[in-house]
Amino acid sequence: MAGITAEGLSTVYPNGVRAVDALDLEVADGELFALLGPSGCGKTTLLRTIAGLEAASGGVVRIGSRDVTRLQPGDRRVAMVFQDYALFPHMTVAENIAYPLRVRGAAKSVQRETAVRTAGGLSLGELLDRRPGQLSGGQQQRAALARAVAASAEVLLLDEPLSNLDARLRLEARTFLKKLQRELALTTVFVTHDQAEALALADRIAVMDSGRIRQLGTPREVFQRPADTFVANFIGSTPMNLVPRGAEVIGVRPEYLSPAADGLFTGTVSVVENLGVTSLVTLDCGEDQIGYVVPEDDEPRVGATVTVDAPPARVLRYDKETGLLVR
Amino acid sequence: MSPLWVVRRIGFSVLVAVVLAFFAVPMLWLASAPFDSKPGLGLRWPDWTFANVVATFGHPYALTSLLNSLVLCVVATVVTTVLAALAAYALSRVRIPGRDLLLYLLLLLSSVVTGTAAMVPIFVMMLQLGLINSQFGTALVIAGGMLPAAIFILKDFMDAVPRSYEESARVFGASPRQVLGHVVLPVARPGVATIFVWAFVNAWGNFLLPFLLLRDVGRQPAAVLLRTLYDEGGSANLTVIPVFSLLYSIPVVVLYLFVNKRYGFRFHGGIKS
Amino acid sequence: MGSSRPGGAGLDSAGLGVRRAIGFVAPALLLIAVFLVFPALWTLYIGITNYQLTGPAAANPRVVGLDNVVEAVRDPLFTNSVWLTALFVLGSAVIGQNALGFGLAWLLRTVRPGLRRTIEGLVLLSWILPGTVVAYLWFAVLSRDTGTLGLLLGSPQTAWLVQYPMTSLIIFNVWRGTAFSMLLYSSALAAVPPSQLETARLAGASGRQTVRDVVFPHIRGHVLTNTLLISLWTANDFTPFLLTAGGPNHRSEVLPVLIYRQALESGQLGYASAMSLLLLVGNLAIALVYLRLLRRRA
Repeated sequence: MAGITAEGLSTVYPNGVRAVDALDLEVADGELFALLGPSGCGKTTLLRTIAGLEAASGGVVRIGSRDVTRLQPGDRRVAMVFQDYALFPHMTVAENIAYPLRVRGAAKSVQRETAVRTAGGLSLGELLDRRPGQLSGGQQQRAALARAVAASAEVLLLDEPLSNLDARLRLEARTFLKKLQRELALTTVFVTHDQAEALALADRIAVMDSGRIRQLGTPREVFQRPADTFVANFIGSTPMNLVPRGAEVIGVRPEYLSPAADGLFTGTVSVVENLGVTSLVTLDCGEDQIGYVVPEDDEPRVGATVTVDAPPARVLRYDKETGLLVR
Repeated sequence: MSPLWVVRRIGFSVLVAVVLAFFAVPMLWLASAPFDSKPGLGLRWPDWTFANVVATFGHPYALTSLLNSLVLCVVATVVTTVLAALAAYALSRVRIPGRDLLLYLLLLLSSVVTGTAAMVPIFVMMLQLGLINSQFGTALVIAGGMLPAAIFILKDFMDAVPRSYEESARVFGASPRQVLGHVVLPVARPGVATIFVWAFVNAWGNFLLPFLLLRDVGRQPAAVLLRTLYDEGGSANLTVIPVFSLLYSIPVVVLYLFVNKRYGFRFHGGIKS
Repeated sequence: MGSSRPGGAGLDSAGLGVRRAIGFVAPALLLIAVFLVFPALWTLYIGITNYQLTGPAAANPRVVGLDNVVEAVRDPLFTNSVWLTALFVLGSAVIGQNALGFGLAWLLRTVRPGLRRTIEGLVLLSWILPGTVVAYLWFAVLSRDTGTLGLLLGSPQTAWLVQYPMTSLIIFNVWRGTAFSMLLYSSALAAVPPSQLETARLAGASGRQTVRDVVFPHIRGHVLTNTLLISLWTANDFTPFLLTAGGPNHRSEVLPVLIYRQALESGQLGYASAMSLLLLVGNLAIALVYLRLLRRRA
């Protein structure tokens, strides 16, 4: 078991793009860590650089106390699950799961034994002799996880592990993944562009943009106190209200706003969107549009004038120039 | 059902029938003449004799030439497939300096330098190297001609193999040779098989190069012998020609049926297809 | 294994390394260089000598400069051959295979699957059968007295290959080569969005209007690609030699046949090389247009 350390890590593509830019990062032993960001932010490149699939242009990657920066992927003791799972189509599930052992020259009986044991743990026991093409999306994902587990690596890397599943399966797979990671207590880094997934799964999240980390913290910290307007915008299922006020930008989450006699914003209701147990109401306040969330059956009428307020602790202030959190 | 519709329907059927006849009629000879007691260059209902078959098997060069075809073909096809697969894989995966220019030149070469346009220098070169009548030399010339196109087609197949397969294998510690043997070749097998069949059919039917380079009748492949039978001793040897044509065509037809059944002239790669 | 350096930024997913990759490519390139590039370049040299198969000029060829080319252009046999080749390409490829190939691809969309497979199978068979066999098949169609065509038309005395050699060759080559156009147009037609065809049908367009307004804009690039490729192949096709060997009296002597006869029957290797050179230049012109087209589409 081992943590991961990156110091001043850079990955530059031949066309000059700095996909990972002098980045420092520490992932603790046994942690479930999320790399979160929009596409092109460098999160996948960072993951691939840790795996050794991209060459670091500068800096150091350590796994435990070993410097792996110049090692081949196969010598780093990492396991990886790819976004498309990369299950070999011509091998059965059992052969796929046992592949890491086959590469190391393990005996056929050991390969089969490991495949059976690992598959059992991921409820794939019935599917050992099928080919990947005959599996459902969720089964493919679990088979890929099983193969990574069978590699008995020190670090598990997951590239968008849930993105190829449909919405309903995704929740189930998410719970499964978290449980599995807790059981294995294996240092795990996963990449995602879905903030809800990162919030739900991770012990800690690094929010990335342009090859750098914008904020690193627990899901609660990142949700409640985004470090800058970029993170504020990116995190949360409904976008945070960001309203310029003089030299500052005021940030309040729609979920923290509620109607009040006197408060932060007053405006006319222009749109009401049903979100299930809640509704998102949009207020036109002069130039700005303010969103706030109300419980079901409590929606105001379109055209009504409403004033909303939030507890002072939930109102954030950002510097207008730098976008950084002031308070 | 309007009258116009009926007229159109009839016109359509006639059109289809004419097309069908145009393509089918010439081939009927291959089914009738071999079993006709008086085979000729024309179509008639045969009287189902096996005398021609016996005569063909008794011809001094018929079976030898089929064997020669096989040798020529297997050498040319294996050389083409193996070398093209290696080159296509490397060109698909590694940005070798000058790769794009190389690919451009290969595409240009494969279409510009045909056996017909280069027959004189090829003949002179083989003559000066003393390789006239060398089956191995001729096979290499045929392979050299097929290689650019083979590399190109195979590179397309290799490009379609998801890189994550190889990367996955590498993360688990596979060496380049293991990546190639365990993952890339098995996944690209439809492509390799396609090239193999394509090269075989091409080499099997190639007439010009063996006609130029193999002047000794004992070394000539079926393509050249079949031509020789046309004016051997002044007139066409019509007892042997039909049966021999049939024998010589069978491998190509079998391979075509195999490819059609197995791959259906469509190609599939990973699990996503 | 080998180098301890991981592959450069995603460009080497196999972890081969440039050196090993070059090792993979080298054998193929060597073979291509020896048997394809070298002969093509050598054509240039032989073409400016008076090299002959036998006689004094065989042992000591003399450089005669551009004499061969000048002689070829003035040679009525050569100009005749260029004209016949142009006719052959235009008639059998540009018009014949193109039109029939597209027609088949268009018609077969609506035909029942069984019939469709039969027709496709026959068309493909005519493409893959060995050239020498195909030559006999067509002797049996076109020969005098017993030929199938003569019987069908009730004029068995017509020796089609002797009386109408070029027409025969053109029809033969349409039969022989349509498969490629059919395959190419079939896949091109499959890529035309069905919604657009349905829109045309809803608007009440006739079959001809649909092809013109909806289908053609989609497959224009394919038409050009197909025309260039089949022209190139047809211009370099040696099968006419098997059917007519250029005769009677040079009336079907297309360029590949003329080159062969000059080189190996008359032994004029230098002169034949000069003619090959002109064929190579023609090929190069077509191929460059084709590659430009490919590049623009990519």
